[in-house]
Amino acid sequence: MNTPLVSLVETSKTYGKLAALSSMTMSLNEGEVLGLFGHNGAGKTTMMKLILGVISPSSGKVEVMGMAPDSKEAWHCRTKVGYLPENVSFYEQLTGLEVLTYFTKLKGFSSGKAKKKAIDLLEQVGITYAMRRQVKTYSKGMRQRLGLAQAFIGEPKLLLLDEPTVGLDPIATRDFYKTVDQLKSNGSSIILCSHVLPGVEQHIDRAMILSSGKLLAMGSLGELRQQAALPVIIKPLFSKKEGLDAVVAQDSKLKGFLTNSCNNTLMVPEHEKLSVLKQLLNLNELDDIHVESANLEQVYQHFLFLHDKKNEPQVGKGEQS
Amino acid sequence: MKQILTVANKEFYDGLRNRWLVSITLIFALLSIGLTYFGAAASGAVGVTSLSTTVASLASLAVFLIPLIALLLSYDSFVGEQESGTLLLLLTYPLSKSQLLLGKFIGQGGIIALATILGFGASAILLYVQLGDVSILSAFGLFIFSAILLGLSFTAISYLISLSVSEKSKAAGFALITWFLFALAFDLALLALLVGVEEGITQQGLTQLMMLNPADIFRLVNLTGLDNSEVNGALAVAINAGLSQTQLISALIVWVVLPLTLAIFIFKRKKL
Repeated sequence: MNTPLVSLVETSKTYGKLAALSSMTMSLNEGEVLGLFGHNGAGKTTMMKLILGVISPSSGKVEVMGMAPDSKEAWHCRTKVGYLPENVSFYEQLTGLEVLTYFTKLKGFSSGKAKKKAIDLLEQVGITYAMRRQVKTYSKGMRQRLGLAQAFIGEPKLLLLDEPTVGLDPIATRDFYKTVDQLKSNGSSIILCSHVLPGVEQHIDRAMILSSGKLLAMGSLGELRQQAALPVIIKPLFSKKEGLDAVVAQDSKLKGFLTNSCNNTLMVPEHEKLSVLKQLLNLNELDDIHVESANLEQVYQHFLFLHDKKNEPQVGKGEQS
Repeated sequence: MKQILTVANKEFYDGLRNRWLVSITLIFALLSIGLTYFGAAASGAVGVTSLSTTVASLASLAVFLIPLIALLLSYDSFVGEQESGTLLLLLTYPLSKSQLLLGKFIGQGGIIALATILGFGASAILLYVQLGDVSILSAFGLFIFSAILLGLSFTAISYLISLSVSEKSKAAGFALITWFLFALAFDLALLALLVGVEEGITQQGLTQLMMLNPADIFRLVNLTGLDNSEVNGALAVAINAGLSQTQLISALIVWVVLPLTLAIFIFKRKKL
């Protein structure tokens, strides 16, 4: 197996008493897309800063392309890393093209090539029409696209994107994910950091869920779903008026999956899904059927909920003593 | 080096775009031409006054203006970029902190230097055309050179401010206080020391104290060469103590290099 592009071993980062990240171990392989999820203050940005080498770990080890990213030797690797910060407002008084040309030059392109490269990138994110306008006239979405163009400079091997789709309209979001898939097929590794989950699922290989600096879960979506053991939601539609309740009431097995909260809905464990479906399909009255596996958002909420529940009694004890 | 120049180039163009260069140049040019022609108005005559009077009046005005302009131009250099998030982004680029700082210094220092040369140079040339005296060019040359150093020194000082605070508005406040201390309060304190405390301070001691303020060094540089009759107050005393022009200029250069080095040091230790 080849060495991972990024690896964190027991990495911690503390700011005074606050543990922004505690003993984090993870690795990212070439051509892999990792989703990093967690709410504000979960340690996502701290982790990105560590990987970027802007800050140094308090303890543990960070390695990017085989080197500590905050060391001098890793200097030349920085041209191969792209980063989109969460909150960035580019130089308002410059035009989009000027901003991007500046950053392209700083990435090591010669002045002659930089401008051409910048125009290409602006075309890729679809804001060439506004490239000679000052950034202060840009909408939120256009600024985000400019930021993305900046992160794509120099075909990076490693991309760290903090909330990349915030402010993008659906078409731009689709274009963005297309670019992500394209970069991935070119062998780039990508870390996507987000708390907006819908849409991201089919583009990531693995997901990592963080909360208050700790790793809650990591794995492919399938693995996480299995770990979480969330039920599959099945909604059959029947031609008869009585609906599901009447039909299912006759069957002792199906009856157990009925939910009180929702009408006409069965909550079935993943491993029983197929047998239940077969049984339902055999029913003559069945008109239509709707099957929904737990999505990333539900998995995410499940892990956060578990984490909160685990922590609550401890907090209670602490206060008593 | 290429990285430094890229940053310097961007900062310089920012200065052009924000009309900083034009406004500073205009202020300096109007000021110096005005003083050259109307400096003698108080004595009832309009026209070119003596060279020493002109340089003396220019120096005493520049000593207020140049630090203020330098502080205004660069107080938000770092804290501004930190607030907008570009500082963090820049530091993920193959660009070291010292490269970024030196690049900014060259770019913004370039704006101040060019404005000083163009603004004050204009009146130097005007005077030279009127009077045809070569000593004008050398006197103005020294004045412009020391004015540039003064500007650079306060640019470096404003980087210290910009790197030490976390909010733009705070940086503005500190810049104003810094200006007040160096341009006004320091001299008043010296004068109080001189007048208020008998035998409190020797001439030598006074000159040494003045080395603690780049604005005073600038004054000394420009007034030592002149007729003493034009200069009075604390400065006259200091001038008599006698420090060579080279020593003064070196002290001014120290006032550029020292804050700049300190700024790099602070920047390297700054948490992001």
